[in-house]
Amino acid sequence: MAGLDHAIEHPKEVEDPLIAARNARYGMVMFLFYLAIYGGFVGLNACRPDLMEATPAWGLNLAVLYGLALIVIAMLLALVYCWLCRGRSTT
Amino acid sequence: MIHHPSFMSVIVFGIFVAITLGLSFYFAAKTKSASGYFAAGGQIHWFVNGVAFAGDYLSAASFLGICGTIAFFGYDGFLYSIGFLAGWVVALFVVAEPLKRLGKYTFADALNSQFQSRGITLAAGISTLVVSVFYLIPQMVGAGSLIKPLLGFPHEVGVVMVGIVVVLIVATAGMVSTTYVQFIKGSLLVLFSGILTVMILNRGLKVDSSEAANAPQTLVVKSDGTRFVNGTPHGSSAGQADLRPVGHLSKLPNGKTETGPLGPIEYLATLQQSEIVLWSKKETVVDGEKTTTWSPQPTSGAKVLRPGNSPLFKGLQKDQWTARLDFVSLMLALFCGTASLPHILIRYYTVKNQAAARLSTVVGIGTIGVFYVLTLFLGLGAMTSGTLDLTDSNMAAPLLAKGFGETLFAVISAIAFTTVLGTVSGLIVAASGAVVHDLMSSVLRLELADHEKVKAGKIAAVVVGVIAIVLGILFKDMNAGFLVGWAFSVAASANLPSLVMLLFWDRTTKQGITAAIFVGLFSSLGWILLSADTFQKVYGYTADQAAALACVPFSQPGLVTIPLGFLTLIVVSLMTSGRKTTVVA
Repeated sequence: MAGLDHAIEHPKEVEDPLIAARNARYGMVMFLFYLAIYGGFVGLNACRPDLMEATPAWGLNLAVLYGLALIVIAMLLALVYCWLCRGRSTT
Repeated sequence: MIHHPSFMSVIVFGIFVAITLGLSFYFAAKTKSASGYFAAGGQIHWFVNGVAFAGDYLSAASFLGICGTIAFFGYDGFLYSIGFLAGWVVALFVVAEPLKRLGKYTFADALNSQFQSRGITLAAGISTLVVSVFYLIPQMVGAGSLIKPLLGFPHEVGVVMVGIVVVLIVATAGMVSTTYVQFIKGSLLVLFSGILTVMILNRGLKVDSSEAANAPQTLVVKSDGTRFVNGTPHGSSAGQADLRPVGHLSKLPNGKTETGPLGPIEYLATLQQSEIVLWSKKETVVDGEKTTTWSPQPTSGAKVLRPGNSPLFKGLQKDQWTARLDFVSLMLALFCGTASLPHILIRYYTVKNQAAARLSTVVGIGTIGVFYVLTLFLGLGAMTSGTLDLTDSNMAAPLLAKGFGETLFAVISAIAFTTVLGTVSGLIVAASGAVVHDLMSSVLRLELADHEKVKAGKIAAVVVGVIAIVLGILFKDMNAGFLVGWAFSVAASANLPSLVMLLFWDRTTKQGITAAIFVGLFSSLGWILLSADTFQKVYGYTADQAAALACVPFSQPGLVTIPLGFLTLIVVSLMTSGRKTTVVA
């Protein structure tokens, strides 16, 4: 494991405020999008749990489908965010 | 249930612990500076850091607690998986890059980057300590649960063993060894959970209609401590009896008795159309003699795969408004809590720049997301495999593995044990960083040389480790997942309002931040301590007594205390804006 010497602190990053602001904007839009989907899930479970028993596709109920979708959408949004912010960050 | 340790389990366990400690001693020689000890010198590769995020985050609560809750109650456990993962959206999109930009060692650094306030450092340091200790409890409880079947030692010995190993890991090389332990653990956990899921799907589903599988079970504990199972003295020798492992299907769709191998969607769809035997638990105490009776409850798969089967969420199906608020409160805390956990936040300082912080979060989300999908199959697999220990929901996943053979059980248990080690190590690094960097250096203004900071960090790690051991023994009967819900509530209430407002509201003042942390911390702690759940599960009252004594209408504090934190910050900042020292970015 040569080269794994972690004793030296890496120099502080010099940031580009424009890129930081752009990334923050992308992040906020995606956060709000996901918040809406997550809020819908929590609201449905809390107020209309009976609806979660409906079986819209593949023999699976809404509770399972919505829950799995929330996990998959989070992973996809993370990839999209990473792609949007690619190659233009400063070091 | 009585579990007998196997030679294989002891060997595999020994190998895992030896590798973990070997790594720590290897890195100890290379870690001399405070930066190296507390933040790995900011030189961890983003991919390693991303998987280490998963290793840090996928704690005993995720692996043992969630799988156990799904195995005992169905879909309700999966709600935790969904909430835990959703929290990473906040971490990636809102917190990751600014936190890396503003901080150095601890969460307090970021909050204080523009103010240089001792008040903020004190509040953030105390908050980090309290949240870390709260989060340590379920990890130690999980460790105690694992040690019983793995090595045959009692719960207390398991907790002490974890405490000693973890303190050795942290006290030797700090964040460097912790990172690599978490990387290895995160990789192995996802890999072997995947293998176990494939085996569950390949085995398919089977009906067990035998009389023995459907018979109720009782455990009587006499006032002198002697125990009887179904009227026979408890034990594993001749003339003695032990509780029977449970978990089976009573009906499959179309009158089938066995399905053969199934695909993932097919597995869930078949379960939804089946009938599953869940187990209800009833406890009575008469003249000091405690009787616990477990009765089979055949339940349609459609009900098992919808919310509202567990004691925590059953009010959702009864239209109780307090249950709804409790549920929303918990899901809010899980959503907001991840980006507020000190041991997660400090991992942003172990990479070199904001791009690496972002990339490592994406890797973390991918790894964690895959694992949480697998928890649904692991939990449901345990529910239908006839391996559940009625007395310990935390053991569902390891005992499921035991159903596939002793070797897999040994490996899964050792990984689960390493899971605890990884998370506890991260928490202790976070706590010791708060003690040394925030409280000793910044608040008390002790002039410490670099090597003295490292030494003080190691001493703090030992002290926090001892506290964790004591709490792990005291809370031994509680589900790890449930306990983590509390830690998330406290973290989200204390830390998130300050972090978010600092980044997005330029009228935030240092007084506002300090007040918000203290109000969020103490209001959430107070709410938890006065809730019905705590009266019942911690203070030992019956459910009816706890409901009567509770001073708050529902048990999860987040719905009230997170907005309270934001409100406090806004009000105090507006009141002190004339004294504001600087404008934040």
